[in-house]
Amino acid sequence: MPPFQTLLDDHAGDVLGVLRGAVGRADAEDCFQETFLAALRAYPKLEDTSNLRGWLLTIAHRKAIDHHRANGRRPMPVAELAEIEVNDPEPGEGVWELVGALPPKQRAAVALRYGSDLPHTEIAAALGCSPEAARRSLHEGIKRLRKELA
Amino acid sequence: MKNAMQRFADRADAEGLLDVAYTHVDSPFGPLLLAATPRGLVKLSFPQFGEEETLAELAERISPRVLEAPARLDEARRELDLYFAGKLTEFDLPLDWTLTDGFRKKAQQAINRIPYGKTRSYTEIARSAGNERAVRAAGTACGANPIPIVVPCHRVLRSGGALGGYGGGLPMKEALLELEGIL
Repeated sequence: MPPFQTLLDDHAGDVLGVLRGAVGRADAEDCFQETFLAALRAYPKLEDTSNLRGWLLTIAHRKAIDHHRANGRRPMPVAELAEIEVNDPEPGEGVWELVGALPPKQRAAVALRYGSDLPHTEIAAALGCSPEAARRSLHEGIKRLRKELA
Repeated sequence: MKNAMQRFADRADAEGLLDVAYTHVDSPFGPLLLAATPRGLVKLSFPQFGEEETLAELAERISPRVLEAPARLDEARRELDLYFAGKLTEFDLPLDWTLTDGFRKKAQQAINRIPYGKTRSYTEIARSAGNERAVRAAGTACGANPIPIVVPCHRVLRSGGALGGYGGGLPMKEALLELEGIL
């Protein structure tokens, strides 16, 4: 099992990048700390070390979802507000709970797409899969959420 | 990014998750790698040994929770700086002997009691460790010393006064003996 420092050296940049996309620049570092602390806590008992990057990004997604759940309705500070007429209904409080209950790939895809506005190509990069597979996970996730919400 | 990683190491330490902290310390012989557990200094490694192998050994034998975290090694760095400047004759650092055991450990602890500026023979170390005839094993214990310089295996010489060996190379052993006024 490699020393934990090598996980930091090799993947901290990717994790922070994904989290910046997922929760915004301002909150990314908090989520980064939470991600790596959770990883460090679990690391000695990790059985499969063949895809450490994927393992870290999965934890990062979970932390991003926690973050969205906790701050779901808090407005995001932006420099300038564009005046756009919005007709979409606001998602109810419970929607992130449902997202959290999705299978991991679907959950990550939905969180990255709607929590963080990432395009399919970046979601694919974060999940370590093809854009086509990312699109499919997203689609499956949305379909399941629609069913649950109906 | 460096700040984020530094803050992470601090938080890991505060939460009791930092099993092995390491850092680099400048020395007249090049950068030394120092590692400490919460119990104390556990490893000092010379520049000619690969850092990757040393960290892998620490991960394997102590815990994979190994992080670069200089703060825990501040006191060790301070004392080593003073030692290399000739201003410190006795290290006052808690040591963790986890990486050694058995006769080797006894021999290394005997070596740790050799005062600054004095030398002992391999035979004397073997005797202090409880087996006068285990001279060769005493030599091996010197070579396997996990915390050289601080545990002063450079003060162990052959019975006739010849230098014997040294993990960091003989020029380094000579330089340390000169520093202490032995040569």
